[in-house]
Amino acid sequence: MTAGQVQGQPGWIDEALREHAQHEQAEQLDAAREAPGPGNRRQLPLADREQQVLDRIDRARRRRPRVREERITMSHGAGGKATQTLIEAIFLDTFRNPLLEPLEDAAQLQVNGSRLALTTDSYVVKPLFFPGGDIGDLAINGTVNDLSVSGATPLYLSAGFILEEGFPVADLNRVAESMRDAAAAAGVQIVTGDTKVVEKGKADGCYINTAGVGLIERDVNLGVAGAQPGDAIIVSGPIGDHGITIMLARGELDIEADIISDTAPLNGLVAGLLDAVPSVRAMRDATRGGVATILNEIAKAANVGVLVSEDDIPVRAEVRGASELLGIDPMYVACEGRLVAVVPGGEADRAVAALRAHPLGGQAAVIGHVRAEQPGIVQLKTAFGGTRIVDLLVGDPLPRIC
Amino acid sequence: MRFVDEFRDADKAHALAAKIAALCEPGRRYKLMEVCGGHTHTIYKHGLEDYLPESITLVHGPGCPVCVIPMGRVDDAIHLASQPDVIMTSFGDMMRVPGSGGSFFDANAEGTNIRMVYSPLDSLKIARQNPDKQVVFMAIGFETTAPSTAMTMLRAAREGLTNFSVFCNHVTIVPAIKAILDSPDLRLDGFIGPGHVSTVIGCRPYEFIAQQYGKPVVVAGFEPLDILQSIYMLMVQLSQGRSEVENQYSRVVPWNGNLAALKAIGETMELRPYFEWRGLGFISHSALKVNQEYAAMDAELLFQVPGVRVADPKACQCGEVLKGVLKPWECKVFGTACTPETPIGTCMVSPEGACAAYYNFGRMNRNRVAEVSRA
Repeated sequence: MTAGQVQGQPGWIDEALREHAQHEQAEQLDAAREAPGPGNRRQLPLADREQQVLDRIDRARRRRPRVREERITMSHGAGGKATQTLIEAIFLDTFRNPLLEPLEDAAQLQVNGSRLALTTDSYVVKPLFFPGGDIGDLAINGTVNDLSVSGATPLYLSAGFILEEGFPVADLNRVAESMRDAAAAAGVQIVTGDTKVVEKGKADGCYINTAGVGLIERDVNLGVAGAQPGDAIIVSGPIGDHGITIMLARGELDIEADIISDTAPLNGLVAGLLDAVPSVRAMRDATRGGVATILNEIAKAANVGVLVSEDDIPVRAEVRGASELLGIDPMYVACEGRLVAVVPGGEADRAVAALRAHPLGGQAAVIGHVRAEQPGIVQLKTAFGGTRIVDLLVGDPLPRIC
Repeated sequence: MRFVDEFRDADKAHALAAKIAALCEPGRRYKLMEVCGGHTHTIYKHGLEDYLPESITLVHGPGCPVCVIPMGRVDDAIHLASQPDVIMTSFGDMMRVPGSGGSFFDANAEGTNIRMVYSPLDSLKIARQNPDKQVVFMAIGFETTAPSTAMTMLRAAREGLTNFSVFCNHVTIVPAIKAILDSPDLRLDGFIGPGHVSTVIGCRPYEFIAQQYGKPVVVAGFEPLDILQSIYMLMVQLSQGRSEVENQYSRVVPWNGNLAALKAIGETMELRPYFEWRGLGFISHSALKVNQEYAAMDAELLFQVPGVRVADPKACQCGEVLKGVLKPWECKVFGTACTPETPIGTCMVSPEGACAAYYNFGRMNRNRVAEVSRA
């Protein structure tokens, strides 16, 4: 290291500080208007000062998201905070309309008196073939599940392919057959499609986009914004199977485990749940970002607190073991055949029983509940007996999993 | 799950917590520093502070490898990665650490090829697969990771690989602890010693802390019960007026360290006269560089490294946080201008960083905790 010239504080830090100071000033003015009284200049006890800082952070977190990066980074696709910021600050901001705004897994549309659900999803998983499935059934199940958790009966799907020059036709056949089988299993039809081929090196073998439309026949009004204090939070089975399977299937970690992806269509499971408990408030399928991300979406959308118990969250021993080794939290690891449901507290037992009656819900469990206290925050009672926050994932270093 | 659940047993934790509370002298306050960022992570991830009486404060120490890398070193690394035909490899923790012009992720978006590896040895695989590229491993970490860098260099030499080199940023823990002990603004009662580092260097290097500074040290493992037990062992020493080095992590840490690992470090690296630490400034003999014999694998000699120095951002109080003078939330920019998604300070990046651990896991004070325990 040479003792050269020392550079000063980089410009982006100055900018971040300036932006924060402006927000802070505005928020203080608002606060003064709302609650005029003595200023907070006097020295408060430590715990109160900490609380002040926490409140300030809470305000900062509610600010309008902004993409600061000049270019897209891998974090923007990881399903955590950066993805959410990208969606809200660019897509929602530009396309804004009341149907898009709830940012649910599928949009709900009224067409000539019918209620439809519409969704789309792209699949870039690597490797294309993995234990328990492949990109083909993933592309069907993912879209079927987005429709299902919106309370719709999935009906018709589109399939768009982006293929890389040199991709083996045998592999494409295998993917297509697996899509056919998955569609048959889910009771949907693939009715339209598109094919593009790009030069070698411009894609990674095969990318698939599917869109799906379903009919909402039930008189349900699902949405995480509807979560209310006292509601129970349920997962339909062990979490993290898909994400860990993919990470191990990439062969970069030299870890082997007897585990397969949980990719599966959830429409049957959802129908059983809604038959038994029509008052379900919300469902989400736990894909990228895992269960933790959904819990945060509930807390934010409904402005409620969420408290879950680590002991109650079903995780397979293999998934836990691999997660411990890799230093990741199963709460953030993707599933492709699990849902999180919010139901009124009094219906929790009935909902769990309904889920358990279906082959995909055998290990369904109540993992926590919704509270009025500490709105916007997800907390976890750890198995060790402590308490901590479960936040949105930041800068997920995990590979492409769906 | 075996070998994990035993060390997270809530009943045992309650029993230990009661014994710890019984050892607290009324009216006395205790400040114990966990040196290692891995401990900080465990403490927050499991909510361990819930078990401690209010008179015991855990102070987070400097042992987070990513946190101590100064901004200029990140710029240097990105400069290296920007050279033609260079593939850089790095641990995932480094990818989001901001340099003055952005992080490795940002650099990749601009065209560099910086790849995340889980082991330095993976860099050799990449070097073999890309004979026409130069593969540079961005080596970071304390004595914990230095042996794996050393082993990688030894293997590269054995294989005769000529397209692999190391940008060495390894640091040593003892000078950092000494800097903290000599710092006038901190009064500590004892140290929870770094477990992983000690698997390599053993427990002897800490004896000066007990003997010259009169502070007890307990080298601890990384499960929550390990840490709780080490706090108990520190409290026993303090209550008896002793200051010794004890080893709670004896299932892994040999008293004299790992001689084979130390030998590998000795064969490939040597102490730098001085090195700049983020927040702590220049500390003499506190870091390692590739030695003469392996000069052919020293990226700092193979490439023109600009030796960028960027002053620690004024707004950021990483130094005070690393020394344990400030709790993360006491930093002026904590959680507002500096967040995990847009970090200014390194402590907000690594999962071992005190700020990131507090922000992601611990963002609540004790009143809130009490409320949750009742819920």
